[in-house]
Amino acid sequence: MSVPLIELQNVTKRFVKTLDLAEKVANLLGAHIREEVVQAVDRVNLRVDTGEVVGLVGESGCGKSTIGRIVAGTLSPSDGTVLYRGQRVASMSPAEGRQAALKVQMIFQDPLASLNPRMRVRDIIGEAPRVHGLVGPSEVEAYVDDILLRVGLDPSYKQRYPHQFSGGQRQRIGVARALAVQPEFIVCDEAVAALDVSIQAQVLNLFMKLREELRLTYLFISHDIGVVEHLADRVAIMYLGRIVELAPTEDLFARPNHPYTQALLREVPRLDTRQHAFEPIKGEIPSPLDPPPGCHFHPRCPHAYKPCREQQPRLIEIAPERLCACYLNNGEGYSS
Amino acid sequence: MAEGNSTLAVKDLKTYFFTKAGVVKAVDGVSFNVNQGQVMGLVGESGCGKSVTGFSILGLVDSPGQVINGRILFKGEDLVGLPEPRMQRLRGNRIAMIFQDPMMTLNPVLRIDTQMIEAIRTHEKVSRDQAWRRSRDTLGRIGIPSPEERLKAYPHQFSGGMRQRVSIAIALLHKPDLIIADEPTTALDVTIQGQILYEVQKLCRETSTALIWITHDLTVIAGLADTVCVMYAGKIVESGDVDPVLDEPLHPYTRGLIGSVPSHSRRGQPLPQIPGMTPPLLNLPDGCAFRPRCPRADDACMQMPDITSLLPEREVRCFHPHLQGAS
Repeated sequence: MSVPLIELQNVTKRFVKTLDLAEKVANLLGAHIREEVVQAVDRVNLRVDTGEVVGLVGESGCGKSTIGRIVAGTLSPSDGTVLYRGQRVASMSPAEGRQAALKVQMIFQDPLASLNPRMRVRDIIGEAPRVHGLVGPSEVEAYVDDILLRVGLDPSYKQRYPHQFSGGQRQRIGVARALAVQPEFIVCDEAVAALDVSIQAQVLNLFMKLREELRLTYLFISHDIGVVEHLADRVAIMYLGRIVELAPTEDLFARPNHPYTQALLREVPRLDTRQHAFEPIKGEIPSPLDPPPGCHFHPRCPHAYKPCREQQPRLIEIAPERLCACYLNNGEGYSS
Repeated sequence: MAEGNSTLAVKDLKTYFFTKAGVVKAVDGVSFNVNQGQVMGLVGESGCGKSVTGFSILGLVDSPGQVINGRILFKGEDLVGLPEPRMQRLRGNRIAMIFQDPMMTLNPVLRIDTQMIEAIRTHEKVSRDQAWRRSRDTLGRIGIPSPEERLKAYPHQFSGGMRQRVSIAIALLHKPDLIIADEPTTALDVTIQGQILYEVQKLCRETSTALIWITHDLTVIAGLADTVCVMYAGKIVESGDVDPVLDEPLHPYTRGLIGSVPSHSRRGQPLPQIPGMTPPLLNLPDGCAFRPRCPRADDACMQMPDITSLLPEREVRCFHPHLQGAS
């Protein structure tokens, strides 16, 4: 098997809220205030091959954006390793590390928040390639025009500021900025969530067109299962910091294995389910500050039994290319 | 549709905003009817006037906006131009609204019980004790565990889904005849959205409350509503029962919207997208507002088409609808 483009091995990310001075003083006086630790990502293994689109689905607070940021290199993991083309990112030389970082770019949910409002589109797109020496100063204009055309914007707009564009156009600028440094891998963090349906379809089509033209690889993070189903080759389902199921898209949607995946797919509103009697899963997503022991999903799971409450199930292969972390697969075989 | 059990009939409603830059026709001649126990979905993209339609019904349009034309018949009583004291007696009592952001509805510095009891006692002469008991029962009915405890909490102590339940419970306190829900589940996670849709669906069936569900999400409408109105640039372009509208859309815009929703059958293929973007309401194109984006537009579309009833129980505003047999 070829070397994956990006691989996460046992990646863990903890966010710690350290004590401030007042709390430290209070502790000296015997108050027993403890640091708050959020385990945002818990020993995640994920492999993304060249040319593949991997969807990462989960509800708010499940750690999917944190994984995206670790992959893109804007956060470093507390534990575990990130491999880029088989090489450890953490042990690369600064020059190599910069090259690797350039090849992985990110597109964010809110384009207005991620574009500098005081920069013209020309500079937003042209600055990074110039700084990194991808184009000479005299070629920048033509280069920016070229990229704007590629994402479906009129090059005459490049003198404008981000606020002069509509939401869909702004998202295209965000895409153009990511493309400007000739990346191989793009992390899309809820990249279409803020757009209207008709504009969302345009941007999704743009992603697919770029994938073919530039042979891009995507990690597509979304809470919108319909969008992920449409784009992704493989889908990872996350719940409270852990991947609970990972499978090729068609298999996953045809035969979801984990009880959480099953519930999630049942809840997704679809065009072809009419006057549907909603049968929700009970309960709320627990706080990541204080996750339940064992399988994180057990308090909401209709099939939970004793071991689920005691020990975390491991992500095991239940069929070729299919991984699932659920005790129901032990002995009872592969059923849904 | 029998007029007898009509809860709300909106006729030719026009709400304009008179701004310095010009007149914004946010709602421009909207008519629809909602019967008792019926769920109507009002669908459209941002800026199409769907929320302003909801605000107009409740008389919540602020200056520079104004309802300049039309009738809003709520159980036969016209709400347009109704004196404010009378409107206040209806609002929150017979007609309730649920907003997208529950923090808009809830006062962050008051406990939930204070807010609920106040809401009850504004409209009814009951003792605090009775009001408290009713608050507790309503919270329980909407699926909030241990309501006695939760009544003592402040809004920030709830999660997003729980907060939205509280605001739905407040809307239900007086068993209203009509609820207007403006994107109430858009900010919520899928499993929590499922829970709330379940509760709402159950309530409408049990209490025969009429519901207007305003959303941009066609898939929610498909699962929840009985009838649907599709809005574009301040006008209803298509309306009818959910099944025929979603299965055989007549208007090119409805067709484009449905095509834009990623679904099973077209996995990996390009989505049939609508070109261009929604026009600014200040500067609408002449004739049909959808003309510049429409694949079927021709010279006839330079005139604004009227909304016509081409099939029974179906209305469409288009010169070139997608009728079976016709091209």
